[in-house]
Amino acid sequence: MLNMLLSQVLDLMTPVLLAAMAGTLCERAGVFNIALEGKMLVGAFAAVAASIAFGSPMLAVLFAVACTVIFASPLALGGARFGGDPIVIGIGLNLLAAGLTTYLLSALFGVTGTLVDPAVTALPRFGIGALAGLPVLGAIVDGHNLLVYLSWLLVLVLNIYLFRTRWGLRLRGIGEVPSAAAAMGANVNRYQTAIVLLAGALCGLAGAQLALGSVALFAENMTAGRGWIAVVAVMLGRAHPLGIALACFGFGLADAIGLRLQGQGLPNQITDIAPYAITLLAMIGLGLRGAMRKIRNT
Amino acid sequence: MTGVGLETRSRFAAILLSIVVAVVLGGLVVLSTGANPISVYQEIVRGALLGRGLDETLSRSVPLIGMGLAAAIAFRAGLINLGGDGQMLVGGLAAALVALYVPAPGAVRAVLALMAAICAGGLYAWIAAVLQLGLAIPFLITSLLLSYIARGVTSYLVRYPLRDPSTGMPETYRVASAARLPNSIFDLPISVGMLIMAAVAVAVIVNDKHGVNGFEWRMTGLNPRFAGYSGTNLQRQTQRVAFLSGALAGLVGALLILGQQYRFTDGALLAPGYTWSGLMAAVLAMASPIATVVTAAFFAALQVGGFSMERALGLPAVLTWVLQALIILCLAARPVFFKRR
Repeated sequence: MLNMLLSQVLDLMTPVLLAAMAGTLCERAGVFNIALEGKMLVGAFAAVAASIAFGSPMLAVLFAVACTVIFASPLALGGARFGGDPIVIGIGLNLLAAGLTTYLLSALFGVTGTLVDPAVTALPRFGIGALAGLPVLGAIVDGHNLLVYLSWLLVLVLNIYLFRTRWGLRLRGIGEVPSAAAAMGANVNRYQTAIVLLAGALCGLAGAQLALGSVALFAENMTAGRGWIAVVAVMLGRAHPLGIALACFGFGLADAIGLRLQGQGLPNQITDIAPYAITLLAMIGLGLRGAMRKIRNT
Repeated sequence: MTGVGLETRSRFAAILLSIVVAVVLGGLVVLSTGANPISVYQEIVRGALLGRGLDETLSRSVPLIGMGLAAAIAFRAGLINLGGDGQMLVGGLAAALVALYVPAPGAVRAVLALMAAICAGGLYAWIAAVLQLGLAIPFLITSLLLSYIARGVTSYLVRYPLRDPSTGMPETYRVASAARLPNSIFDLPISVGMLIMAAVAVAVIVNDKHGVNGFEWRMTGLNPRFAGYSGTNLQRQTQRVAFLSGALAGLVGALLILGQQYRFTDGALLAPGYTWSGLMAAVLAMASPIATVVTAAFFAALQVGGFSMERALGLPAVLTWVLQALIILCLAARPVFFKRR
């Protein structure tokens, strides 16, 4: 029972985790990226549309990534290159994603609400022998799809990249003191543009996992605030990949417990707000801790 | 919201250019789904301006201008209020409850309902302001998270404790006709909601142009540290601006409930997306209240045209939403040579 719950948590947290890793990269590069929600939605739609067109889950994931990279380009070019306001561009991208996916859903597939099609299949799950052998954890961490494993790998790689490599140091420098990084010879604009596009690719993976991970469908606005929770996760984890992974796990746990309680007959309007309420409470807790520390130091 | 100092004329040119580029891009989207963009745009313009279109545009302008001004007030003072949905819901529900259950004569009940909505919406936004000031949690994030919570809680309330069991829908009882806001005054096609919104718009514009508050808000938006040094109480100001922005959103919720829908139905307040269209109108207007009224009315016309286009051609009206977002994106992400530095 607990094993099943935790295994479900790992599936549910993956879209948020992937989007939060995208947010981490942008945050470290000094671009406030609030378009995660919209990019994830575009990725989810592209993954389902490509599944119907090509019938291959692998191609669907690749197509989702390609679409979100293109979709991220207004932020990459407009925000990082031309000096536009990233918040305004982010709001615009989120609204464009909601409108565009709803429009295309109706105009291309003649569907409003939810698109289910026999050609859309969930990403295959498979076991990794070494993981299954782990005591206790084996049943929890084994038997997920490729994107779930990839998200864990990504957390480790980003952690090493940001804090153990020269390129990561440069990236952090660009985010913290752009003028100093520029004086050192780093091309700030080019770095930021590339990072925002890379973040777009990660959001494409997040969208693909949302649409083809636990379910195999697209629904209007199916991201339902997960991109925003990813933004909060980056803040809670202080842009540190391991801390963010922990925050995302907390979110996944709230989501999974909510789904269970719904099964027990609790109204889903109440269980639906659990992730947002818990996210808000976590922010408040963190804020209180910071405020207390400030008081003690003065 | 930096870069407010752009010269008005170049700003106007940039807006026109953005609209043109957005229309072209939107045309490509239409083309990609196998429809004819020319006839789509013809239908949108015809639907917005001809026949009943103008009346519909006028009535749709009321909530849109309200949400546009709610966003604009906050922008002016450097706050980004993404929680309009939640504030509108809380206000709308407060108005419905007062109009349904407070024992008072009809007109008094309507006035009390409006006041309750203003307080509820304002306080809901004020929570987010206090969290920003006290605990350094960004207003942008909390206002949005609170929206999701308001959506869940109001949805639960009208589905279970407050539900009218005689309808098949998750909604409250109908507000008695005495407590509703009349839809025409002296047989003119002017509703009480329009009058209230016009008064609000005038007040916001006058305060922005001539009021001490308006000046201080604008200063804070441009440079909070300068405003603080020159004597503005930033803490109190942030709370006040957040309250007023949320109050306006709450008022919009009340006007919709008391003037159009007559009961709180789950999802009905948010379905038209007034919060987000209003936000886009305020962005397009660079948070100038007068310009926000104009851009909000423009978006209202665009949306009404979109519905008429949907009826005529069967293409989804949400295309106009795509156009609005494209206009904002073209404006915000335009290459540097269109900008004066």
